[in-house]
Amino acid sequence: MNKIQIETAINGEVVEFLCEPQQSLLEVLRETLGRTGTKEGCATGDCGACSVLMDGRLVCACLVLAAETGGHAITTIEGIATDAGLHPIQQKFLEHAALQCGICTPGLIVATKALLEKHPEPDETTIRYWLAGNLCRCTGYDKIIRAVQDAARELAHPA
Amino acid sequence: MSEAIDYKVIGTSPIRPDGVDKVTGRAQYGADLNLPNQIYGKVLRSPHAHARILGIDTSRARAMPGVFAVITGADFPESERGAIGGEGGGDVSDLAKNIMARDKVLYHGHAVAAVAASSQSVAEAALAAIEVRYEVLPPVLDLLSAMQPDAPLLDPNCFTKNLPEKPERPSNIAAVMKLGRGNVDEGFAQADVIVEGEYRIPMAHQGYIEPHACVASANEQGQTTVWCCTQGHFEFRAMTAKVLRMNIADLKFIASEIGGGFGGKTVVYLEPLAVLLSRKARRPVKMMMTREEVFRATGPTSGAICRIRLGARRDGTFTAASAWLAYEAGAYAGAPMGPGAMTVFAPYVLEHFQVEAFDVLVNKPKVAAYRAPGAPQSMYAMECAIDELSIRLGIDPIDLRLKNAAEAGTQAPYGPKFPPIGLKACLEAARVHPNYTRPVPAGAGRGVAVGFWFNVGMQSSAEVHINENGTVTLVEGSPDIGGSRASMCMMAAETLGVPYEQIRALIGDTESTGFSNVTGGSRTTFATGMAVVRACEDIIAQCKARAAATWGVDADQVLWEDGRAIPAPGVNAELKPLSLAEIAGNAARTGGPLLGRASLNAQGAGAGFSVNFADLAVDRETGKVDVLAFTAIQDAGKAIHRAYVEGQIQGGAAQGLGWALNEEYIYDEQGVMQNAGFLDYRIPVASDLPMIDTQIIEVPNPSHPFGVRGVGETPIVAPLAAAANAVARATGVRIHDLPLAPPRVLAALEAAGG
Repeated sequence: MNKIQIETAINGEVVEFLCEPQQSLLEVLRETLGRTGTKEGCATGDCGACSVLMDGRLVCACLVLAAETGGHAITTIEGIATDAGLHPIQQKFLEHAALQCGICTPGLIVATKALLEKHPEPDETTIRYWLAGNLCRCTGYDKIIRAVQDAARELAHPA
Repeated sequence: MSEAIDYKVIGTSPIRPDGVDKVTGRAQYGADLNLPNQIYGKVLRSPHAHARILGIDTSRARAMPGVFAVITGADFPESERGAIGGEGGGDVSDLAKNIMARDKVLYHGHAVAAVAASSQSVAEAALAAIEVRYEVLPPVLDLLSAMQPDAPLLDPNCFTKNLPEKPERPSNIAAVMKLGRGNVDEGFAQADVIVEGEYRIPMAHQGYIEPHACVASANEQGQTTVWCCTQGHFEFRAMTAKVLRMNIADLKFIASEIGGGFGGKTVVYLEPLAVLLSRKARRPVKMMMTREEVFRATGPTSGAICRIRLGARRDGTFTAASAWLAYEAGAYAGAPMGPGAMTVFAPYVLEHFQVEAFDVLVNKPKVAAYRAPGAPQSMYAMECAIDELSIRLGIDPIDLRLKNAAEAGTQAPYGPKFPPIGLKACLEAARVHPNYTRPVPAGAGRGVAVGFWFNVGMQSSAEVHINENGTVTLVEGSPDIGGSRASMCMMAAETLGVPYEQIRALIGDTESTGFSNVTGGSRTTFATGMAVVRACEDIIAQCKARAAATWGVDADQVLWEDGRAIPAPGVNAELKPLSLAEIAGNAARTGGPLLGRASLNAQGAGAGFSVNFADLAVDRETGKVDVLAFTAIQDAGKAIHRAYVEGQIQGGAAQGLGWALNEEYIYDEQGVMQNAGFLDYRIPVASDLPMIDTQIIEVPNPSHPFGVRGVGETPIVAPLAAAANAVARATGVRIHDLPLAPPRVLAALEAAGG
């Protein structure tokens, strides 16, 4: 099969890869590039486990063709923490016990980052609708919502 | 242990030791491992729900470039018979046929062949090149039809088990079970009011977000390593060895992190296929299910029909109850009818009762465990019947349950007398809870229900290593599905008297630690926790001996306090206490490394009871149901990590609400599931739910060093009836069948005159 050569930026790093035309960004991230922090829950855009940012916009990596990513900037869960340590969203997910099995967590953290960049002080309803595309089967969402509220407070009003 | 004990660590909510890796994407789940030289395996699945396999031609697929191996049922050895064990139930030879069909396919999606190829796309092309000839047979999809004597048979050798005599003719009823006490005719004759009804609960899926995945690597001698997401790698090893007739010592299973299971990852699907493919291809083989495969071809939980009859005196005292329970097994025997029968009346004092339950084969996937398997179905029916009684008698639903509630000494319907249990404490807490005493919102209804699960003990092993600086490495064999590493570290910290942060827990593979049963049955914090405490006590005994040797006193003259060996009162007061770090640092001179261990088959799992109440509103124009408030009160015995106990309760509530309001397997007449994806099989999303308020009751379990009862499964039981009872009270219309999805609710409202 003829492969396509793509150059993109993942978490600020220039990355080159070869992909088949039908391969999704998710498959290439996980199976070709070894960035397995982005999870597959459905591969049909229904669960949000593969949430990444493409040029700052929240997308499901399973719905983006890898061949489309040339010249774009991708942010994955591996790019959320910084040299200074965990991002406040990550820290609040830990403090609030907002993960049980943890498989939905990378997607939820990326989606929360996108939410808080657009709505720095969201109310509960905004959080619940913004995160409605990220399925979690373990928590009933209660502690996730509280973690997001707390992260929003901290980011808007740093201690 | 009484609650007066002042714990330092138990009952707090520290950050889990595996947390950072899980919020940064480092943690490795089932599909996250890639090995050098790895190829990909994929499964060809039946397009028919019921058919005879006439022939499989794999020659074209084998000849394709990039295809390394192709297997069918003919590549499997004749498997032995015998119980699988664990929570799932069923027979080894059925398990073998379920993971790869032999002469018949029994559900749409049943595996018929598998390939291993250089890439996923080549593997898919190879599947398309396999030709299977079928003789299509009529599918059996409906429980009651399947039970008819003239129904088409899934298995012509299925003769109903547990009857006084072997029946003359085979049927789809794999087994029956009867349970009873007293004389129900006499009991119903004493009743002033009798309610009865038939309730239908649909087949539903656990809906874990991580699809099944594994990597297998076999060498030329047959020694094989398998990495997979599993609730129990030791049991996966045993199942794989039985299905493939391998020596268990040739199989090493490594549990990855696991992205949810809820009972659904207690049986193998892919692992034996990957082992066979890897053996043939002589390369590591990675297999990952798609979400569609997870729905069609793993083990959901049984749909069921439950008929309940309940009699009571005018004052609310139950006089008799009977239940008729039919559970879908799917393609092979093993529906959770037993636990369904044993739980249905468990919360109540009943002098006269009888239960009849059926395990029924239908052309749907073989069911697997799902959180309190069998209980949500039967207890849904009973808790709805109690609500009807409450309305008929004009008695508050909590008061009515309190009047009949089981307590310590009550003989459980399944045999033993209850030790101390928390049902009454939960009901009393509910009655005065601010969410219960406040008015019901206008247009809504408030539903109440009780939940119950036995909880289990079973086998666990643990080792505790004291590092040379006094920090602690804890090795256990229970995959951590929801924060159990944290609970284990907390129990070790409390026992040893060292800070939580100095302890790390790891899940050993099948060659690195002792046997442990699955993470299931709500057993891990109870049973593996008990093993951890015992292993820590072993360490303390060794430390006291080392201190005694150092001090030149007898071991019984040494006490262990706050992580230090101290001389007992009256012994030489000049002796300076020795900390764990000091003893560990000196270990080479006092007998070598400190290793504590324990293995046990835990007895005395305390039964778990809950009370849920919920305010639900119904849109009369669309039939849509909204959950306005949900409160779950549950006896945890003793909550080790409070936040993770709350999380279990909240997660179970969400799953129960999903089953009550939306989730169901929808089949067409040919037996093809019509909603095999998260878009159409709609599990609750964040915007569907309110905050879920929890209250933890602690009636200690006398069989556990800290009083722990299992908490994982009970939470899914009560939400079904709590939701249905709320809808009935909101609308005045009792809908017996789940889910309460808008079309059903609207039709019921219209039938009742709008």
